[in-house]
Amino acid sequence: MSAVLFDTPGPHTRRRTAIWSLVAGVVLAIVVVLAAVRLAQRGIFDADRWDIFTESTESWEALLRRGLGATLRAAGVAAVISLTAGALLAVARMSSSAWMRVPATIGIELFRGLPVLLLILFTALGFGSSIFIAVVIGLSLYNTAVIAEILRAGIQSLPGGQREAALAIGLSPGQTLRMILLPQAVRRMLPSLVSQLVVLLKDTSLGFVVGYAELLRTSRELRDFFGSRYIFSIFVVTAAIYIGVNFALSRFATYLEKHGTTRAAGGPAKQVPMDSRNA
Amino acid sequence: MDAVIDNLPLYWEGFWATLRLTLVSAAFALLLGTVLGAFRVSPVPTLRALGTVYVELLRNTPLTLVFFFFVFVAPQIDIKLPFFVSALVALSLYTAAFVCEAVRSGVNSVGVGQAEAARAIGLTFPQTMGQIVLPQAFRTVVPPLINIFIALTKNSSIAAGFFVTELVAVGIRLANRNAADVLMVLGGVAVFYLAITIPAGILAGALERRVAFAR
Repeated sequence: MSAVLFDTPGPHTRRRTAIWSLVAGVVLAIVVVLAAVRLAQRGIFDADRWDIFTESTESWEALLRRGLGATLRAAGVAAVISLTAGALLAVARMSSSAWMRVPATIGIELFRGLPVLLLILFTALGFGSSIFIAVVIGLSLYNTAVIAEILRAGIQSLPGGQREAALAIGLSPGQTLRMILLPQAVRRMLPSLVSQLVVLLKDTSLGFVVGYAELLRTSRELRDFFGSRYIFSIFVVTAAIYIGVNFALSRFATYLEKHGTTRAAGGPAKQVPMDSRNA
Repeated sequence: MDAVIDNLPLYWEGFWATLRLTLVSAAFALLLGTVLGAFRVSPVPTLRALGTVYVELLRNTPLTLVFFFFVFVAPQIDIKLPFFVSALVALSLYTAAFVCEAVRSGVNSVGVGQAEAARAIGLTFPQTMGQIVLPQAFRTVVPPLINIFIALTKNSSIAAGFFVTELVAVGIRLANRNAADVLMVLGGVAVFYLAITIPAGILAGALERRVAFAR
């Protein structure tokens, strides 16, 4: 509840709120039950639609080891590349030399403004690389640009005294950036960085469109193998895996926001209301 | 270059489809997201929980999975939609979660003292909302909303993988037809996207700076 909109409720209001809450709850429950009944009538909950998961481990293995494995492999490689290249690009973007700054700025704006799918296609069709490489490079190009901007925002949010003090004790501008500003910016922006990794992980599912055998692609292979009567159970398990992994990462970001990252001047940055640009 | 110029009509067709996908889903997402945002700041616990669950589920689901549901799973439970409509529904539902978050943080960003002062001088609830809280919240919400719609523009490209002929689908088709000019052909697609995303990004940035001064 927003503290802005309402006064602290008295007994009368509290009762009315409770009644509304109950009404909404009942309506919601009815909708859920009706949906469940409809699904049950179509035999969605019958045991023979779920036996590929309850009676053997092969489907689990296919989804978790092959599917999730391929998803995590692509996400992991792309994450390492993006974080490293993102830091370099952020430094270039803030360089005092126009020869570094201008290309870095153009690169960031270009790759941030294009769909990841298009970047993957560029690599796959334009340069004829293998599909794994194409997915990794497509994801890396986009996320490098975004991470560079996150780090730049972090550096700019540091108190000005940090930079001034570093310059005053005789560090060069480059040293100041590398040794003083960037490490603190990383700490401050850690929650945003982890959120961006969630975005990256979700985007690996674009592999489905271009034919990289990641988690979602694997579920469709399972459907092709077992028949479309199993599509619902396969979908539920796939969704649960995605949501589980991403939810854990998102929680980690929230945890970092609340607890860790106190060692940067000015404390951890309040997370930007969602990294909406990368929705 | 010829491959691009000769096929300009096809590009326009794709661009038009991308625009329609983006604008229509933006409208629906704005509507649904605002309602969900209102749920999340409401005093009714059930509605708050509903909003929270929706946002958490959709935010942690890849958009491709949402598309997958409406194109491959929904027909099995007798929800059969044309591909274009499936794309609209998937994009709207997904984007609504982000709109909801923007609306919620916008309302919460208004200082408590503002509403308290409004009530203290005797403004009614509609007056408090209409004249004090919402105008201030609106300023905070607009820049992130523009960013959400930029993301939506880019996200609409996923429809290419689900049988909708928008920009990227046109790009793939032309790339297969003109193997020699793949970079040129896809570069053409990129230009169309940048024509939307870069001006919108500049607009969001400019608005954000103006808001920063207003605070």
